Amino acid sequence: MTTLMTLLQETANMAVAKAGAGIGAGIAALGAGMGIGRIGGSALESIARQPEAQGDIRSNMIVAAALVEGAAFFAIVVCLLILFI
Amino acid sequence: MLRKRSIFALIAFATALLSGMFTPATAQEEHEAHAAEAHSAEHTAHAKEKFNAGKLILEHVSDAHEWHVMTLGSNGPHPKHISLHLPVIVYSKTKGISMFSSARFVNHETHEPQAYSGYRLEENKIVSEDPNEVFYDLSITKNVFALLISLLVMSVVFLSVASAYRKRGNNQAPRGLQSFVEPLIVFIRDEVAKPSIGPRYERFLPFLLTVFFFIFINNLLGLIPILPGGANVTGNIAVTMVLALMVFFITTFSAKKDYWIHIFNTPGVPWWLKFPVPLMPIIELVGVISKPLVLCLRLFANITAGHIIALAFFSLIFIFGEMSAGIGYGVSVASVAFTIFMNFLELLVAFLQAYVFTLLASLYFGSALEEHHHEEAHH
Repeated sequence: MTTLMTLLQETANMAVAKAGAGIGAGIAALGAGMGIGRIGGSALESIARQPEAQGDIRSNMIVAAALVEGAAFFAIVVCLLILFI
Repeated sequence: MLRKRSIFALIAFATALLSGMFTPATAQEEHEAHAAEAHSAEHTAHAKEKFNAGKLILEHVSDAHEWHVMTLGSNGPHPKHISLHLPVIVYSKTKGISMFSSARFVNHETHEPQAYSGYRLEENKIVSEDPNEVFYDLSITKNVFALLISLLVMSVVFLSVASAYRKRGNNQAPRGLQSFVEPLIVFIRDEVAKPSIGPRYERFLPFLLTVFFFIFINNLLGLIPILPGGANVTGNIAVTMVLALMVFFITTFSAKKDYWIHIFNTPGVPWWLKFPVPLMPIIELVGVISKPLVLCLRLFANITAGHIIALAFFSLIFIFGEMSAGIGYGVSVASVAFTIFMNFLELLVAFLQAYVFTLLASLYFGSALEEHHHEEAHH
């Protein structure tokens, strides 16, 4: 029984790291989706309130989306580091 | 100065670099054919390597000493690799400078990797046969070569546009390449530099324009799948780190006194956050370091992730093709459609990342130059 446990512990180390990387990447995508969804939603609402400002609103929305995606990409980079280094 | 002469000189330099480097490298699976006489049952399994999507993606995204263009006949027994072998330049304290083509690292008869002049190629890194030798690898690798190509593109574009303005003056409507470049330059000047930096924006405008066009052109060249495009330059963390370091140095060396006061003695913050434990200065210093670091990582991660996704979509075709040719062809329709969509997204990302980098750099410059009027302190 103990040999089985030690065997499982030995093999589980690398696998748990990879599982952690996968879960981390998923959570990063979740965070990016939520953030950009909120940005898009508020941008659409403000265009509805004031259609003549839609050019300004659109460019600000894209800039904010790029910054939020940057945060998600940091998590992706850490997950890639776990997987490949 | 004669603009046409300098453009010709640049093109001549580039072709001089290119010629003498293009060597086709022939099959690398003949050694398996030699061993197959004894293992005829396993011969068919060894002669064609199984498609490894992870390896393909990592090869395309990282740097290398040769630029692999195509492989002819990869399904047959003798695939023929056509690649551009780039020069290896190594400086060692004991041996001096060694310069040779990276084709020397592969033996032409046996197609095994071999050592040359005391160096060996292991996993695309140059390793010395003597473990105590200190050497510096100054080779022209794929990314360096791609940087030179994009330098050439930028020089040709901007030198010709500048000479067009000199010849035709400011009063005539732009024509040709000018009409493509002028809206971008005016956009960066009026929407990015002037509002962020304020009245003294002209000092920083050359750097901001150079950074914007450098990132934009390198991103676009990275999307072209074949030579001279396809090298992942802005996805190389060394390149983006240098750009971020340049932004950091310009911010630090052009910062006014108010910038440093904001970091070390932030106005409006209670005294017990600054003394005895300087919490606020530590937080602000972390911000000073992290802002350029974040610039570097954002560009690197965006571009590399885009390349990985596009390559992964293409690899789907080959992964399914291993199972059966019919499924491979079927998947290729969806895969090509997805990849076209991803390419459009990558075009947007190419421009957007260049714009965001330039915008944030100009915001940092603006915050370094800001002079507050400290009305709160005079109450």
